[in-house]
Amino acid sequence: MSPPCAPLRPDLAAIAAHVAGDSSVLDVGCGDGALMAALRDGKGVDARGLEIDPANVAAAVARGLPVVQGDADIDLLGYPDASVDYAILSQTLQTCRAPDRVLDELLRIGRRAFVSFPNFAHWRVRLSLLWGGRMPVTRLLPEQWFDTPNIHHVTIDDFRAFVRGRGITVERTWFLSGDRRRSAAAANFRAEHAVFLLKR
Amino acid sequence: MTDQRFGLDRRVALPGPLPLDGGGTLAPVEVAYETYGTLAPARDNAVLVCHALTGDQHLASAHPRTGKPGWWTRMVGPGRPIDPARHFVVCANVIGSCMGSSGPASTDPATERPYAMGFPVLTIRDMVRAQAMLLDHLGVEMLAAVVGGSMGGMQALSWPATFPARVRACVAIATTARHTAQNIAFHEVGRQAIMADPCWRGGDYYGGEPPAAGLAVARMAAHITYLSEAGLTEKFGRRLQARNAKSFGFDADFQVESYLRHQGLSFVDRFDANSYLYITRAMDYFDLGEEHGGLLANAFRVSATRFCLVSFDTDWLYPTPESRSIVHALNAAGRPVSFVELSSPFGHDAFLLDVPELNRVVDGFLRGGVA
Repeated sequence: MSPPCAPLRPDLAAIAAHVAGDSSVLDVGCGDGALMAALRDGKGVDARGLEIDPANVAAAVARGLPVVQGDADIDLLGYPDASVDYAILSQTLQTCRAPDRVLDELLRIGRRAFVSFPNFAHWRVRLSLLWGGRMPVTRLLPEQWFDTPNIHHVTIDDFRAFVRGRGITVERTWFLSGDRRRSAAAANFRAEHAVFLLKR
Repeated sequence: MTDQRFGLDRRVALPGPLPLDGGGTLAPVEVAYETYGTLAPARDNAVLVCHALTGDQHLASAHPRTGKPGWWTRMVGPGRPIDPARHFVVCANVIGSCMGSSGPASTDPATERPYAMGFPVLTIRDMVRAQAMLLDHLGVEMLAAVVGGSMGGMQALSWPATFPARVRACVAIATTARHTAQNIAFHEVGRQAIMADPCWRGGDYYGGEPPAAGLAVARMAAHITYLSEAGLTEKFGRRLQARNAKSFGFDADFQVESYLRHQGLSFVDRFDANSYLYITRAMDYFDLGEEHGGLLANAFRVSATRFCLVSFDTDWLYPTPESRSIVHALNAAGRPVSFVELSSPFGHDAFLLDVPELNRVVDGFLRGGVA
């Protein structure tokens, strides 16, 4: 029996709902392993994780999850090609030093990849810059400019153009504001975060 | 339970012969060991704990001679990650050592005299094979886990590589898959100190004066590698020992000198110099990748074992990159692996000391195997 756990973050819930049962997953930037635990306990998924923060790794391992402390920018190289069904990068893309290379690695290691990120073109962010003239501090981007781990801010339209330019197939998308879905057309303005299911 | 195989301070002479990596065999194979807890009827709760270079089988019980508590009561005991209430815990003195298992101080049945340097040179894998013989004797086919730090971690890693069908989980702490040139160099300093001691006499000192001065120097050199610079600085700095001014002589002016001398002197009372030569040699020969066609991942390809590795940020003897290279090999082999670098001021010795996070990680990992 698994202990009751807090509901998953909306983007993680979207991913969890669409990972096939009994599949294998590498969760890159897995935090304390909340998604991994949900996938393992709910769907019998063979979930492995990579996480940079040692306290998070310790917490995840203490839940019995196979999590390796490491840096997505460096430590994905050791994973073999097509070794998992899904590579997952949730809310981590914007913290990577080389997000383009990390994405390449993700699509090399996973037969598919889930990528979620906060949308920097959400209207609150736009307003904050436009009217406040200050770097936005919002629910999804709670840190100040000097202590934020987010070094490569990206918008939904940026990401769409990026994957198109690289010939990556977008299999599905989810655009979310809190836990409410937003339409694809309005996503770049109205969605706080986005989830893409990608395939090479 | 009245089965004389189980309990504290046990000894057994297994007939062997044990084939050795260096050629030849060892027979009989004497093993000193302890067990804690009860082997479950399904025989699925056995945990083998492997000790480090100068460790012993007194894992979680008072040492019969010194009365000191077991060396890993932080990890093994009631309410600990390895708990005799749940686990059947086995800890055996490695062969080559001097705490009751076959080693250079043991009697060579061919000559009725101590083996001394006639004892065969061993490898970590030989030690592991001797442990497997002991487990056969105890009726343990499958290990729920093998756990060890430092040289114990080398054995823990060697277990699934040598007996892939006999280990479900492996915990390797503050360790490495191969000795580096620097590791070998430090060991060589220690061995030369022993062999330069006139009392060593080619290893043939049993019944006479042992090479205590040489062994003490070996221990002093090694002990430095177990501590971090920050730890030494915090503990001793440049403080003077029981004096107000430098003596302008060669007494132990500094506290750190006095401490090291004490470490060296107290070590010679409990350890055999030849055993120190043999075990350090086994560690220097250790290269798990080399044993498997030069590719570490091959060592783990056929096992179904789960792995947990832990390193410490101030350990410069087996620093984090060593653990990370093992993790990469395990990933390449597709094995489930957990790894974390924990923060501790204690250097390599941290695995034996109070690092609460270590217990949390090991406890979670071991429980994680229970569906």
